[in-house]
Amino acid sequence: MGARVLIAKPGLDGHDRGAKVVARALRDAGFEVIYTGIRQRPAEITAAALQEDVQVVGLSILSGAHLSLTRKVVEALREAGAADVQVVVGGTIATGDVSKLHEIGAAAVYPTGTPLPELVKSMRELCSRTSRSST
Amino acid sequence: MEEVLTDAGIPVKGFYGPADASPDYARDIGDPGRFPFTRGNFAGGYRDRLWTFRQYSGFGTAEQSNQRYRYLLERGGTGLSVALDLPTQCGYDSDDAAVEEEVGRVGVALDTLRDAEILFDHIPLDRISTSFTINGTAAILLAFYVAVGEKQGVPRAALRGTIQNDILKEYASRGTWIWPPRPSLRLIADTIEFCAAEVPRFNAISVAGAHFRDAGATAAQELAFTLQDGVTYCDEVVSRGRMTIDEFAPQVSFFFYTHGDFFEEIAKYRAGRRWWARIVRERYGARDDRSCMFRAGVVCGGASLYAPQPHNNIVRVAYEAMASVLGGVQSMFTAAWDEPFALPTEESTTLALRTQQILGYETGVTRVTDPLGGSYYVEALTDEMERRVVEIMADLERYGGMVKAVEDGYVQRLIADEAYRAQRRLESGDKVVLGVNRFQDPDARPLDVEGYEMEAGDRARQLARLAEVKRERDSREVARCLATLKVRSRDDDNLMPYLVDAVKAYCTVGEISNTLRDAWGEFQQPVVF
Repeated sequence: MGARVLIAKPGLDGHDRGAKVVARALRDAGFEVIYTGIRQRPAEITAAALQEDVQVVGLSILSGAHLSLTRKVVEALREAGAADVQVVVGGTIATGDVSKLHEIGAAAVYPTGTPLPELVKSMRELCSRTSRSST
Repeated sequence: MEEVLTDAGIPVKGFYGPADASPDYARDIGDPGRFPFTRGNFAGGYRDRLWTFRQYSGFGTAEQSNQRYRYLLERGGTGLSVALDLPTQCGYDSDDAAVEEEVGRVGVALDTLRDAEILFDHIPLDRISTSFTINGTAAILLAFYVAVGEKQGVPRAALRGTIQNDILKEYASRGTWIWPPRPSLRLIADTIEFCAAEVPRFNAISVAGAHFRDAGATAAQELAFTLQDGVTYCDEVVSRGRMTIDEFAPQVSFFFYTHGDFFEEIAKYRAGRRWWARIVRERYGARDDRSCMFRAGVVCGGASLYAPQPHNNIVRVAYEAMASVLGGVQSMFTAAWDEPFALPTEESTTLALRTQQILGYETGVTRVTDPLGGSYYVEALTDEMERRVVEIMADLERYGGMVKAVEDGYVQRLIADEAYRAQRRLESGDKVVLGVNRFQDPDARPLDVEGYEMEAGDRARQLARLAEVKRERDSREVARCLATLKVRSRDDDNLMPYLVDAVKAYCTVGEISNTLRDAWGEFQQPVVF
């Protein structure tokens, strides 16, 4: 079975062009991709991650609220006993925030303009590092 | 020979001649100011009146945004364009814990009329026109504006501006929906009727294609989806039987993105004027030519700007602004070069405004109306753009109309297809973008910018003000207004007067939105990619 990824849009930001393009690129690259749609609360994203048994949750945030929203999703996953699910973040992310996102717990950060092949390669490496919990 | 295509995929020849343009000047082109308005809405064009310089702006608290507006007006801005934060746009208050990180972030936080009063402090609403990028809660913001006008002593009839108020494109591409389509269309029709009757110089709606475009749609799709939305709103009002097309159509306006394909954008605005004029006359039987006018505001920037070599964006925006003006638009927002990173600084936003001013005051492009009219190429491209728009709209009609198309995710899928195609063209180099896939800078480093964070003190001030308003207002009057609103939301009375009452009683945006959520439910998004 291929790598499973949840692409999620937390917060109120409705700009999902990037989320959808990334979802398609990953699907074309052989990933199994689930997309949540926009305006998902951290609890909803966590529930979807568990239900879909994904290895990686990709958050797409263009509103600038990425620090707080990423923290909330990372915490929600941890509280749900899914700390092994990796979180990556894409969107309008100021350079100075990349290291802050890593500190919060993001496994990778893909600011606007990240070439898709680079993103796909990075995601493939992340997924190969994580063993699936499914039986 | 390899086919040469525009960004929308329209094949173009090496040159054009007399055989390529419509032979019927009066029918298809016509002088500026005459139906079908291909060459412009007004014979005098920019000679008589320049487009409105309208820079989208707003952040943090009402005080902070008020300062920025006064700064822009002092520097020659001629209209305001209010950016609201996402909680205000989605119908939540600043003290709602679920949305705390969004308060004051992408726009100004408005919870109650008190905030709106501060936002327009010392800004004369009888002389400055204001555009609000607001959709889900547009009717509430209109009520705010009317109420602030009253407090300033400005009668409703003197208020000028626009609420975007276009929910269909929110479902399809921008995402600040609240209620499902049916009650949302009813509320939009209510605002259109209210403005026609009481706020005659205010555009009740700005049907927006910009967000389709930035989500990935081509120029032809952008125009087609927008006009189809326009038809849906006009159908809604006309079908009530309370108003004829001529009573409200002059207060319907449009809003688009101008991206980088120069002549295609010019053709888009010319085709938009012609096809909308024909729709309004033929579909609705308009008698007044003013009803047939396609008046467009535009934004230059967005997805056409790139992060690498960011100063190139200044040049991109300048060309886009030139295309918009040659296309004959009515108002313009030029994005700042640092838009791909963060909110603009005072310096970058001033430069963006200056870009328009140079165009308007220095280049001389304003001397003659529709200077490209009669260009074999531009006329042929206008014809082809119109043909494609007609085709896409017919497809949407066959599908079952715009409401069904957005509820099913049909439009969303068409847009996602184009977004993916555009990304692949970028990565293959088919679409050339400097700094991204051509002439990259070998030692480029990401620009070091700070993201905007609302200061803790400003946030605290916003919450304190909301708490104070809630403490001081007449809570019985608040309860009465909300109860009345709930009852009226279930019949077919125009809701606007009840909304004006509610905001004057200092009901919050969240309270009003939740009252209507209880009555109407929420939109269920189709998830497609």
